[in-house]
Amino acid sequence: MRFVDEYRDADKAQALATQIAALCEPGRQYKFMEVCGGHTHTIYKHGIEDYLPENVSLVHGPGCPVCVIPMGRVDDAIAIAHEPGVIMTAFGDMMRVPGGNGSFLDAKAAGADIRMVYSPLDALKIARTNPDRKVVFMAIGFETTSPSTAMTVLRAAAEGVDNFSVFCNHVTILPAIKAILDSPDLRLDGFLGPGHVSTVIGCRPYEFIARDYGKPLVCAGFEPLDLLQSVYLLLKQLAEGRCEVENQYTRVVPWDGNLRALEAIGRVMQLRPYFEWRGLGFISHSALRMRDEYAAYDAERIFEVPGVRVADPKACQCGEVLKGVLKPWECKVFGTACTPETPIGTCMVSSEGACAAYYNFGRFARQRLTEASAV
Amino acid sequence: MCLGIPGEIVEIKAGHDDLAVVDVVGVRRAVNIGLLEADQVGVGDWVLVHVGFAMSKIDEAEAAATLALLTGLGQAYTDELQALAESDIS
Amino acid sequence: MTTERTAGWAERAVAEAEATTGHRSGRLSPEQQVLQRIERARQRAPRIRESRLTLAHGAGGKATHSLVEGLFVEAFRNPTLEALDDAAVLSVGTGRLAFTTDSYVVSPLFFPGGDIGDLAVNGTVNDLAVSGARPLYLSAGFILEEGFPVADLRRIVASMAAAAERAGVQVVTGDTKVVQRGKADGCYVNTAGVGVLERPVTLGTAQVRPGDAVVVSGPIGDHGVTIMLARGELDIAADLTSDTAALPGLVAALLDAAPGVRLLRDATRGGVATILNEVAQAARVAVVVDEAAVPVRPAVTGACELLGIDPLYVACEGRLVAVVDGAQVEAAVAALRGHPLGDGAAVIGRITADPPGMVLLHTAFGGTRVVDMLVGDPLPRIC
Repeated sequence: MRFVDEYRDADKAQALATQIAALCEPGRQYKFMEVCGGHTHTIYKHGIEDYLPENVSLVHGPGCPVCVIPMGRVDDAIAIAHEPGVIMTAFGDMMRVPGGNGSFLDAKAAGADIRMVYSPLDALKIARTNPDRKVVFMAIGFETTSPSTAMTVLRAAAEGVDNFSVFCNHVTILPAIKAILDSPDLRLDGFLGPGHVSTVIGCRPYEFIARDYGKPLVCAGFEPLDLLQSVYLLLKQLAEGRCEVENQYTRVVPWDGNLRALEAIGRVMQLRPYFEWRGLGFISHSALRMRDEYAAYDAERIFEVPGVRVADPKACQCGEVLKGVLKPWECKVFGTACTPETPIGTCMVSSEGACAAYYNFGRFARQRLTEASAV
Repeated sequence: MCLGIPGEIVEIKAGHDDLAVVDVVGVRRAVNIGLLEADQVGVGDWVLVHVGFAMSKIDEAEAAATLALLTGLGQAYTDELQALAESDIS
Repeated sequence: MTTERTAGWAERAVAEAEATTGHRSGRLSPEQQVLQRIERARQRAPRIRESRLTLAHGAGGKATHSLVEGLFVEAFRNPTLEALDDAAVLSVGTGRLAFTTDSYVVSPLFFPGGDIGDLAVNGTVNDLAVSGARPLYLSAGFILEEGFPVADLRRIVASMAAAAERAGVQVVTGDTKVVQRGKADGCYVNTAGVGVLERPVTLGTAQVRPGDAVVVSGPIGDHGVTIMLARGELDIAADLTSDTAALPGLVAALLDAAPGVRLLRDATRGGVATILNEVAQAARVAVVVDEAAVPVRPAVTGACELLGIDPLYVACEGRLVAVVDGAQVEAAVAALRGHPLGDGAAVIGRITADPPGMVLLHTAFGGTRVVDMLVGDPLPRIC
């Protein structure tokens, strides 16, 4: 595949690994956070950590839209799905995410009409072909995905499709990064910026991270060489005493983002005063809701939602894992009570959550490393 | 957090608003190109696809530049190995 | 949000795990202790936790295992069943028979490269073939929905007859039920099959040992991706056809050339990754796979990239996975490649002693990772 295969070249990776090792000061520990769950997935899926020296560690951030959905919101969506005449539509990612009383798959088994879609436009199509049903789209995702939801609502409005609505759970990445930066028990040396979110918001909004918090950020692509090169660029900044926002993913990310996409979000949605993130708690101005002008497409206003908060089990230490304070395996319930089959906490929920990625892909790589270091 | 796949635009659907067909190694899917500036993309251009929308046009010059940089790093590495092999300190 | 409650199921799971967690050994690093604890948890007898079945229970992954082992084996327990092989091997008089059954509920009923009819014949024939048997007789049971077009049924039955002839088997008994409209999805087919074990070979996970090679008979994932796209819900088009085919000829060619074949499986639900995990767990060995060596058609790669799924978990209906004595692997691959159904055969990995019970993948990028069993179906993802 073009623009994919050439960024998976093992020889180039070997060369980069040598350059990375050369940039590391002996004895110094480097901790970089990849904000985006897609990066976490790539890191484990391709075994990128095998190329990094022992004193460079990657901390897995909160950028997984499925992981951060609180259980109460899943329950709300399931309550809507059980309303008479409703077809609930959702991305495949959402199907196994547990709420307080089971997941979408469980609700489907109990009789709710829940269908998987690839695009919000597919949900709109279902609404068009089922005029006597109420079709709800379970909208999740960061700024990469919210423009698509917005465009779909604009299209529904233009076409006069009035049996389509959105249960809006879109979140914004910057307040989450800020919450992590403000956390007192955190020590990070820099960030790998979320490349696909940046296609929409650009690189400029990250400037406060370098300016106010003194942490460099490199906006990174999603192929393994992209990530290695971004680690290299971060180390280079540290070695040269620079602290900047850099763009490694220039083939896709324009510095100023995508104005049309931002405009679409702004037309249809507005910031919520606050929103709960699983594992991180309530964060102000961190999520989007539908604007009043589009109330007719807002499932939260069309249906009664219970709005009951479901507390995470006390044993769950997702918050610490998300902030990089704990490694996934250091959590008390990791791998025993909390597994990909029965995820207790947010990080185990989706394949790109830190714990699930480690459980599914990384169990052996780390084991081998500890064996090697024990010898 | 978001799966984005590069695909080549092989058709702009006439008569449909903002609709194009994208090819990913022989697999085709209609995508919405309404998030890109009008006239910014045409057949033969590569775009990044996410949930049925083209999010961004892939800049071929920038892609080549990134690869050149990576190759350059590789070259430095090869040169170093070469120098190491040729050095004689005995 | 004024009220708050707790997720009862999660609190119960935590309490239960705390009660069953083993004690730690002082010699190991904390991470290794955790990994050991996980391995113990993975080896625990699977149970069904859910109060209702979900589609995951039929997908061939971990959920299916929990249903089969936690409910069916529990109830019917006997040594033949406990082997959980593709077919049961039965001693009858002086000979050995292989016996198996499978139900087919594919949607759509007709898809590029086949239909539910040839699938129902090939699937059962293949379960017999990979146990080393020569398939002889099939039964055919039909559950049909009121209103189902006779022309469609005629088409399905004709393709079953043609597939049976190609596979060298006869359909010798059958059953028909018609259920009310809405109680079935058009047409379901069940087939059972009997074959005879004529070769002196013993196949099974007990034969697998370190040094063996892992071979697949051709590109993987064609059937699963074809079906996913044929449903039309994803609006994705590709020039792909199902790989459904009867494998007895291919198996015979392989066993003739390489008597050191340890184990054969057809890579259906759950794909190659699930089979390799079953082998690793049952034989207490590691399976080490070389990602670059796994044959996958470009269109399957493309569709999988778009949908965020891994071809290793996608079903095939005419591909076999063979574990072969390392010394005979070249003869085995040559024999497979000499047969029209095996011309894309490749060595994809090897069996090692360590770490037991795990499947590892050397990625094309040069890293190493674990390949686990899936919980349920591979679901398309956006992130």
